[in-house]
Amino acid sequence: MGKLEGKTAVVTGASRGIGRAIALELAKEGANVVVNYSGSKEKAEQVVNEILEMGRKAIAVQANVADNDSVQNLMKKALEEFGSIDILVNNAGITRDNLLMRMKEEEWDEVIQTNLKGVFLCTKAVTRQMMKQRSGRIINIASVVGVTGNAGQANYTAAKAGVIGLTKTAARELASRNILVNAVAPGFITTEMTDALPEDVKTSMLSQIPLGKFGKPEQVAKAVVFLASDDAEYITGQVLHVDGGIAM
Amino acid sequence: MSTVLERVTKVIVDRLGVDESEVTENASFREDLGADSLDVVELVMELEDEFDMEISDEDAEKIVTVGDAVKYIESKLN
Ligand SMILES: NC(=O)c1ccc[n+]([C@@H]2O[C@H](COP(=O)([O-])OP(=O)(O)OC[C@H]3O[C@@H](n4cnc5c(N)ncnc54)[C@H](OP(=O)(O)O)[C@@H]3O)[C@@H](O)[C@H]2O)c1
Repeated sequence: MGKLEGKTAVVTGASRGIGRAIALELAKEGANVVVNYSGSKEKAEQVVNEILEMGRKAIAVQANVADNDSVQNLMKKALEEFGSIDILVNNAGITRDNLLMRMKEEEWDEVIQTNLKGVFLCTKAVTRQMMKQRSGRIINIASVVGVTGNAGQANYTAAKAGVIGLTKTAARELASRNILVNAVAPGFITTEMTDALPEDVKTSMLSQIPLGKFGKPEQVAKAVVFLASDDAEYITGQVLHVDGGIAM
Repeated sequence: MSTVLERVTKVIVDRLGVDESEVTENASFREDLGADSLDVVELVMELEDEFDMEISDEDAEKIVTVGDAVKYIESKLN
């Protein structure tokens, strides 16, 4: 028996990278998964097919997490299909890196809208259902740089630090209804987001990781499964770092 | 057919675990019935389900007493 048998999970940005790994890992543990994506329909459908092959249920739902109507529709579809939402993983995220002095207002806004407002909208949209259920898990994918800061990512680090604050407030507000809210802070994980970085940046990053290697999406996904499972029933408002020791 | 007051009372008794006799029109959810702010949000959600209507956040803020809830719902039903 998996740790999440019969549970329903909604994973935002599950078409690629870390979100994809999270969707697959949750399904491995028995969850049925709503695979949200923004533009990558085919990739999302591939994830759905992989989950169906495991004998679990899954659907792909397009939604822009920064848009409230779109988010409402996502959660409505999830409920229509599965009847409950037990786990929400706020994973969708983008980067628009630039030095503070060069950063355009649009770059700032876009990242805050998707990475911070998106978490707020999705969280708000599931709390009604989770309050009724008197149980729920919300897991926000933050980032180690939301804790440490990072040159060239003013927008992104502000959003991720914001996600950590939001995580703690939601954890306090919803604890009495048995809704547990935690964050996972990945370090440098090999995905399309990080593949795009220049070699010299990668080399210098590697030198800052005590464990001496980059992480894999599956390693983040395992931490999410833990926080979604009964094993974590006494943990809320925490930030679990999966970063090879970058921030201690 | 139960009256609006009866249906509202039932929702309150179920949710807040108070005695039916405490649920008078003048009773304030927070002052008299021991509801915290999250309880009030939940009550509003359940009233929405019970009466199949949407209560906007702005309107919900104005609902302080049992009577407020009954009056609001009655006005929306008519
Ligand atoms: N990679 C790292 O090293 C690292 C480190 C720390 C934290 N993180 C965080 O981990 C999360 C996933 O990162 P990743 O590396 O897996 O990124 P990725 O490979 O670029 O994938 C991003 C995912 O988010 C989706 N997405 C983007 N904007 C969206 C929107 N407005 N609405 C809905 N979905 C949207 C994308 O959907 P489409 O495919 O449809 O565009 C895609 O599925 C992000 O929150 C990121 O900040 C990553």
